[in-house]
Amino acid sequence: MTIPKKIPKKTKVRVDAVDSSGGKYVLRLFVTGILPNSVRAISNIQAICEQHLNNRYELEVIDIYQQPSLALAEGIIAVPVLVKKFPLPEARLIGDLSNTEKVLRGLGLID
Amino acid sequence: MSTVSRKTTNFKFPKSLTGIQGLDDITTGGLPKNRPTLLLGNTGCGKTIMAMEFLVNGITMYNEPGVFIAFEEKTDELVVNVKSLGYDLEKHIADKKLHMEYVQISRDEFVDTGKYDIEGLFVRLAHAISKVKAKRVVLDSLDTLFYSLDYQILRSEFKRLFSWLKEKKVTVIITGEIGDTFLTRHGLEEYVADCVIVLDNRVANQITTRRLRVIKYRGSIHGNNEYPFIIDKNGIAVFPIISEALQPKTSSEKISSGIPPLDEMLNKKGFYVGSSILISGTAGTGKTSVAASFVSNVCRQKQRCLFCAFEEAPNQVMRNMRSIGISLEPFVKSGHLQFYYSRPTLQNLELHFIAIKKIIAETKPSVVVLDPITNLMTEGPNSDIRSMLTRFVDYLKTEHITVMFTAAITVGSIARNPSDEGISSMVDTWIMVQDVELDDERNRSLYIMKSRGMPHSKEVREFVISSKGITLIPFAKGKNEISGSSKAAGRSRNLSPSKDSSTE
Repeated sequence: MTIPKKIPKKTKVRVDAVDSSGGKYVLRLFVTGILPNSVRAISNIQAICEQHLNNRYELEVIDIYQQPSLALAEGIIAVPVLVKKFPLPEARLIGDLSNTEKVLRGLGLID
Repeated sequence: MSTVSRKTTNFKFPKSLTGIQGLDDITTGGLPKNRPTLLLGNTGCGKTIMAMEFLVNGITMYNEPGVFIAFEEKTDELVVNVKSLGYDLEKHIADKKLHMEYVQISRDEFVDTGKYDIEGLFVRLAHAISKVKAKRVVLDSLDTLFYSLDYQILRSEFKRLFSWLKEKKVTVIITGEIGDTFLTRHGLEEYVADCVIVLDNRVANQITTRRLRVIKYRGSIHGNNEYPFIIDKNGIAVFPIISEALQPKTSSEKISSGIPPLDEMLNKKGFYVGSSILISGTAGTGKTSVAASFVSNVCRQKQRCLFCAFEEAPNQVMRNMRSIGISLEPFVKSGHLQFYYSRPTLQNLELHFIAIKKIIAETKPSVVVLDPITNLMTEGPNSDIRSMLTRFVDYLKTEHITVMFTAAITVGSIARNPSDEGISSMVDTWIMVQDVELDDERNRSLYIMKSRGMPHSKEVREFVISSKGITLIPFAKGKNEISGSSKAAGRSRNLSPSKDSSTE
């Protein structure tokens, strides 16, 4: 399965939802060491956060090789996976996050 | 496995015993060690329970800790669900012998944003295995992953998972749904090809029977048939009767029938130990009474008996026998007599046999009574029943257990009754009880139709049941005033059957 790596033409990023509550995006990215998918996912999410969330995010990268008990606690199977802890509802984005449009939609930044 | 030594190689395929009664016989020693086995079947056919039993037996019988990964049920629900089968999972978890983990994946919870793998499952498995030092792993069931994750990714990941599990040196059971066109719904058998077992739950004549079949076992011989199995409060039992029954031990020891005059007729000693005895007769002729006398005598010798009642409840049997002076309650209390009571229509005949076989394995009785066998005959086609009964009798013979059947026959059909014919070829001693009308009175009579390997009386005796028990007295020919209990006076004479005896 190949995922088209297209960048959406009209990207209207919603900022009001976050600002109104005054909170930051709390994101956790679960990866497995330096496997290719994980490495790609890290660079993809960093780029997306820089571009669309400026300083309004906390990103924690967790290597489940180092902390296997967290994989159980979070119910992780598919890796890499990005878990949006805040704002609610919690959301999960699996894969290397190369489909930017899907990532933005998954994070609730576009409709 | 004794046949291995006779061949050129001494190689023994490494196996992992399941501890499930019968399954280890079919697979000649259990599942392939350190390899994955696929356990297939539709919903409700017992996959999860069988897999759980494999793990629990591993812990309790072979000191092999286990990991259970549940994809369908939450672990706390699972713990409760199998409690009724006598598994104390909480204790095993507390003892660090068992690790259970619930893996939940639901499609609506996530968005698919690019390439991924299921390394998370590997990490969790590795963590769980090392936590309890597991030797056995159950994945129940991987099919659920297909409902949420990408098909292509999973296919390549499963290939990786199974070779990884082999490296981990764990014996694995993977459960799966049976497919319509392929063996499994999602083609799991492509990766797990070492051993495939299929479970099935079929309804015939409104009776459900669970069956098990080993479809494939790479590198090992295995039983090819479908074997019925049951799940009861003691877990799972499969009922294979393999060639082991071909050479039953034979004995020249005797066991008393509990009715001295009957012993007299049977070459003065009684039945052979480990033989099969059929008591047949029309309704109300006292078949159960003969069986009860036998049982109470055996129990009096401090031997164990199993009384399988298919017609009357144990309490009723005991009450009725009390009226003829046979008290069975003390033997039940002392543990020498055990009742198995079930309605024949409740389940398939073979399931009755599995249940009975389980009790036999637990209590090791020296005598088993089936009262009456004819009630079992109502279920299923006759040829099946005959072969099943034969296998069951063979099994009892190898175990050196004396078995007594009673069979009800309709008046005037003694020679024609097909079910009797079927049984009679496999019984060693056949005793007939009948009503005879003598002048104005109906009397019971008893004679020995056959008794293999011993000279026996050909005489027809009057069979008297009184509050003192059973006794047999010779019919006084042509004397119509002698009948019923008034014949007690004549009891002492002509008991010796010597001039009428013959050998079959």
